Amino acid sequence: MTAEVAPAVSGVVSTEIVLEADGLTKHFPIRTPLARTAKAVRAVEGVSLQLRRGSVTALVGESGSGKSTVARLLAQLYPLTSGEIRLHGENVAVQRGWMRGRKFRAYCRRVQMIFQDPFASLNPVHTIRYHLTRALTIHGNRGDDLEKSLADLLTRVHLTPAERYLDRYPHELSGGQRQRVAIARALAASPEVLLADEPVSMLDVSIRLGVLNLLRDLKERLHLSILYITHDIASARYFADETVVMYAGQVVEGGESETVTQKPAHPYTQLLIESAPDPDRPALEEKDGGAGEPPSLIEPPPGCRFHPRCPFVMDVCRTDVPPRFELGDGHFAACWLYREEAS
Amino acid sequence: MKERILEVRGLNVDYGMGPESVRAVRDVDLTLHRGEVLGLAGESGSGKSTLAYGMTRLLPPPGIVAGGEVIYHLDDGTTVDLLRIRDADLRRLRWSEIAIVFQGAINSLNPVQRISTQLVDVLKAHSASTPRARLDRARELLTLVGIASDRLNSYPHQLSGGMRQRVMIAMALALEPRVVIMDEPTTALDVVVQRQILRTLVDLRERLGFSVVFITHDLSLLVEFSDRIAIMYAGQVVEEAASADLYRTPLHPYSDGLLQSFPALKGPKRELSGIAGSPPDLRMMPSGCPFHPRCARAMDVCGQQTPVLGQSRAGRSVACWLHPVSVG
Repeated sequence: MTAEVAPAVSGVVSTEIVLEADGLTKHFPIRTPLARTAKAVRAVEGVSLQLRRGSVTALVGESGSGKSTVARLLAQLYPLTSGEIRLHGENVAVQRGWMRGRKFRAYCRRVQMIFQDPFASLNPVHTIRYHLTRALTIHGNRGDDLEKSLADLLTRVHLTPAERYLDRYPHELSGGQRQRVAIARALAASPEVLLADEPVSMLDVSIRLGVLNLLRDLKERLHLSILYITHDIASARYFADETVVMYAGQVVEGGESETVTQKPAHPYTQLLIESAPDPDRPALEEKDGGAGEPPSLIEPPPGCRFHPRCPFVMDVCRTDVPPRFELGDGHFAACWLYREEAS
Repeated sequence: MKERILEVRGLNVDYGMGPESVRAVRDVDLTLHRGEVLGLAGESGSGKSTLAYGMTRLLPPPGIVAGGEVIYHLDDGTTVDLLRIRDADLRRLRWSEIAIVFQGAINSLNPVQRISTQLVDVLKAHSASTPRARLDRARELLTLVGIASDRLNSYPHQLSGGMRQRVMIAMALALEPRVVIMDEPTTALDVVVQRQILRTLVDLRERLGFSVVFITHDLSLLVEFSDRIAIMYAGQVVEEAASADLYRTPLHPYSDGLLQSFPALKGPKRELSGIAGSPPDLRMMPSGCPFHPRCARAMDVCGQQTPVLGQSRAGRSVACWLHPVSVG
């Protein structure tokens, strides 16, 4: 139970990039009852990230930081405002309208999403058999023996014996089992990429790790690349190989999980880590700083979006958007504090 | 010895009546001392919120308090049983002596009324003062919880989640109660805001000297923030201890498992497993210890007899056959 070193190997496991986002931007226009206004919620601005084969990338941020929007953009559930999504180097983002029909389904087959709430993502009036059969049929993975395919799926997510679960309805299962069914359904398409949007935050504390360990196990056996979206940076350290931190729609820091959580570079990441509950800390002893709240995304502050809350704010932060500064070993931070070090 | 302020003895709470009923809280004993923060931790469905609402008689039907007593120690040294006093007397005690911060401020504030109206309402119901004095007090309360007093005329939707939660805390403190019960006050908030609010709360407690019952599922938060922790599982308190003791040497396998369920941000990276299985269905409780089907250290006796919460050593109570109760 303890003492074992986590199998997540430090260092970049593989270099093969499966899914890549380049400068993803999403603005949601604000409409009044009478007319469109020129205003928009700038939910995601210039986000770039890479998902590698057989590796977990965590996307960490507060609610409203745009992390779920990134997942939905990657799943092509929203059209992009600008930017590019590349699957194995091939641009798949369609600029106008939805990517409909055949092309979209072909994309889904390779990139599947798992949602936060398994209570809502499974249809309450259908059995588990129905959910999985449909997924298998639509994606052409029925195989010769449907029963066997179904049993295989459930075995993969450790719901055994399969017969016990196949004819149950979602309400007959516990939260953890339901999320496992949702994962099995995603696996029915035999995807290369799993986009997991807060897959464990609705589950009971004691079973969260079970689901995370299952995902890690699947990643290793099926060489999946997983995007793990979470607000809990401690679980990102535990589960993910790489961690990317978002604030107010922008990526502020990224790198190996261990580096990002142990030597956070960006002041926002530092604030996030200081704020996490820490049983080893004697009391609520505090430095100051971290006051205030995330900015409005309709009219975000100019320059660095974190500057109104930042304890190290400089003049340049108020006017210029910081680019990414490389800190070595793939660790980067978008913060003017690192201007000298990088040059 | 610390002064007791609120004692729960043998509290049982059922949902429904007759053969269909489900016992959500089972024989719970708890003591809250003056000025302390008592943490109540447990997973969803473990009965922690039901316990809080049951002991304040706020439980909506079909919830029924099936037995037990809740002794409240008044300032003048007399005691009352909250479950048995007349409604009119209870109304007087509510909010002025015992206040509650409910889960989800978004649902607890009236969306069509200004913050000022809602704060003043509390004061109006309990004290005879001039409208002017009430408004001043409302302004003071907002400042107390760290909101600029010019937000007094805002509507709830104009405030952020963290600010709404602060308004709820301000409202709970309006009449300077001696006991504040907080039901997952920060669960819906981000860690940064959560810490700001807890800091405010710790501050206020030192200044105003009230006691807190803090209900949450986040055990790591409680270890840092509370004085004592009671762990609930399937409607029962399975372990109670000082926070530091519980963190260092959890006695009940469930407490141990819960502590093992939170990945650490610092220190060596460890393989964690959580707890196998899932919490029991309250309609079909396992015999004996409710945790035994999930317990890695279960023995024969665990499936046959229910362990009772007792002192196993000084200051520690645990309901587990691994730690037999020392008699005398």
